[in-house]
Amino acid sequence: MTARDFDAIIIGSGPGGSTAADVLTAAGWSVVIFEKGRNHLIDVADPSRLTNDFSNDEIKFMARHFLGPDPLLEPRTFRSSEDDGERTHTGEVNTVPSTVGGGGTHADGKVPRFREDDFRLLSEQGPMDGATVADWPIAYDDLEPAYAEAERLIGVAGEAGANPFAARRSGPYPMPPGAPMYGALLTSAAAEKHGWNPYPAPTAVNSVPYDDRPACNNCGFCAFFGCPIHAKGDPVASLRRALMTGRAQLRAETFVSRIIVNNGRATGVEYIGPDGVTRTERASHVILAAGGLETPRLLLLSGFEHQLIGGNLMFHYQTYVMGIMPMRVHGHKGRSVTHVHDDFIVPDLDSTAAARDAGLPWFKGGMVEHAGAAHPLTEAKLAPWGSAHKDTMRRSQMREHLWGFCMQGEDLPQLTNRVDLDPAVRDVRGFPAIRVTYKPHKHEQVASDYYAAQMEDCLRTAGAEVTFVATSPGLIGPIPISRHVAGTTRMGRDPATSVCDEWGRVHAAPNVVVADSSLFPTGAGYGPTLTLVALAIRNMRALASERGG
Amino acid sequence: MPAYFTDDQFRVVEAVCARLIPTDDDPGATEAGVARYIDGLLGAFNFDPPRIWAGGAFSGRFGGSPGFASFHRLSPLDELAWRVRIEGSLGMPEREWNGPVEGLQERYAAGLKLLGDDFADADADEQDRRLLEHHEFTALVYEHACEGMYGAPEYGGNRDRAGWSYIGFEGDVQPRGYTDEEVSQP
Repeated sequence: MTARDFDAIIIGSGPGGSTAADVLTAAGWSVVIFEKGRNHLIDVADPSRLTNDFSNDEIKFMARHFLGPDPLLEPRTFRSSEDDGERTHTGEVNTVPSTVGGGGTHADGKVPRFREDDFRLLSEQGPMDGATVADWPIAYDDLEPAYAEAERLIGVAGEAGANPFAARRSGPYPMPPGAPMYGALLTSAAAEKHGWNPYPAPTAVNSVPYDDRPACNNCGFCAFFGCPIHAKGDPVASLRRALMTGRAQLRAETFVSRIIVNNGRATGVEYIGPDGVTRTERASHVILAAGGLETPRLLLLSGFEHQLIGGNLMFHYQTYVMGIMPMRVHGHKGRSVTHVHDDFIVPDLDSTAAARDAGLPWFKGGMVEHAGAAHPLTEAKLAPWGSAHKDTMRRSQMREHLWGFCMQGEDLPQLTNRVDLDPAVRDVRGFPAIRVTYKPHKHEQVASDYYAAQMEDCLRTAGAEVTFVATSPGLIGPIPISRHVAGTTRMGRDPATSVCDEWGRVHAAPNVVVADSSLFPTGAGYGPTLTLVALAIRNMRALASERGG
Repeated sequence: MPAYFTDDQFRVVEAVCARLIPTDDDPGATEAGVARYIDGLLGAFNFDPPRIWAGGAFSGRFGGSPGFASFHRLSPLDELAWRVRIEGSLGMPEREWNGPVEGLQERYAAGLKLLGDDFADADADEQDRRLLEHHEFTALVYEHACEGMYGAPEYGGNRDRAGWSYIGFEGDVQPRGYTDEEVSQP
């Protein structure tokens, strides 16, 4: 074996790729991780050291694209449907960070498991016109051990037994929940009055020192910021462990432009490094963990052909129900979200009746986050200029008084919602940009309207003087702002109706293994991270044992 | 001495910012040095390293060593992106992979011209009339004015934390953070 040969090439260093690196290096494999973004996470010369690049800095993270992708360098395009023409927007579209650590760096770390039902949506609820509802090729029980391991590996704080809708667990969370936010205590009390069951959000944020990283100190710069003290575990924990084995190399600012495939087997990849030169790397396996948008893009750039590559693109249909509270709820102090409830996840008699009234067989909502807060720069940009500006900022309705709910509504897969290659717009390296074509199904809109009314009632119970509802897509524009992206290389047993098999292997080239949420046949009403990490653990361990590793 | 604007342009920018975020009983854009922030953005490449991203992990305002003051070095692609964003593509083929891009410097030069060389000397009503008339440019300056008022002082604005003080925002609280009581209590 020469120095340039690896057992596996891993494309993407987010939660999926980092987990793959962790599991494979632990099994003795040598891996190289290609990441197109910069490295602001870990010192590759001394991987025991995490870097000091993240900070409580709204300009850097909210205004100047520190975590990437820069929309000038890597524009994406959007249209609601083919009827819109080639595109209606060019620039920023659903920018999950392009940086070492991927989406894990900017997330506030909510990592719920899916429920047993989520793996068999078609069997449980039945088909829906216009949507490609499906069962997963695996069951919850197949994944439970990996869920438990994922929670230990990345470090999750939570309270087992607090959520009556939770799936079966084989053990407790590794850490207790962190400090509840004041606003969440208000809305949790109101939710209980409405008969709902709020519980401490499972978060990959340390509530006590864990894995040689400190406990979170509640600074409040959580969602959309990197953690300055590395109290968020995902994907820092996996990546550091992998690099410390000495069997993983991390190459940042390196864009993989093609997977080289011969006779149904990948032999390596072509990549462009920071010097702009195109080179080739060879390996016996390619792990594709570039995320729900970039993973199908790379398969398309590599010449893979399957109608479902890029199809069934799912986000979450987000329903924001916000209220202005009379008291200061200081939502900028704390972990962004400390409480959630799952009461809208399971259809009941009332919701089924409402679905029938709307001409649907059923609908499902999603996990509801209790949240508020915006930092002053974000608030200011929405405030008016001129004489009203200062009073608006002093009153601080958004930063100090805004509190409410965000429902991560389940978004049904549709063939027409997809990622493809834009016919004209290019990235800085000359490759076709990602084009997103997306329009929500009636299911999402009906479910959103139904649950939004209940959430408004609840907010008024909590004391809100004014309430309002905004959805995405909807009032917040046509482009989904949910960063939860899934479904674009659906897994299944039948190569005609799926891109990957039940182990994440691409049917057309089984030594290419997808390790991100692109695999999901359906998206559930929960954030995708823990499930994609658990899938990566399960699938990578199978891969390593298959080789006798 | 401004890093990018001429003295005359700087006077107009200051006058614009003073209308967007006025001084009242509390300091406004003028006291916070918001025009300095905008000048620093447009002149970011007059510094080495360019003043695009302040460093981390801490500002030093709540303990820890003051890392914000050391700006990040840019990768070649980052430099390309920010030069295009600030200077524009200027007809250079290597900057026009998706066609020409108008830079902030060009947009400011054109916008300030529209507002008039005499803007700073016009009365407040006349200034507001012109800002409303050229609302696209006003929206651009307002976005930057907010950054200069409420962003970290290391970028040149928010002098003496004037923007944070009057709204009661503590700022970048790492590494102190907030206690559990501060999070959970009213």
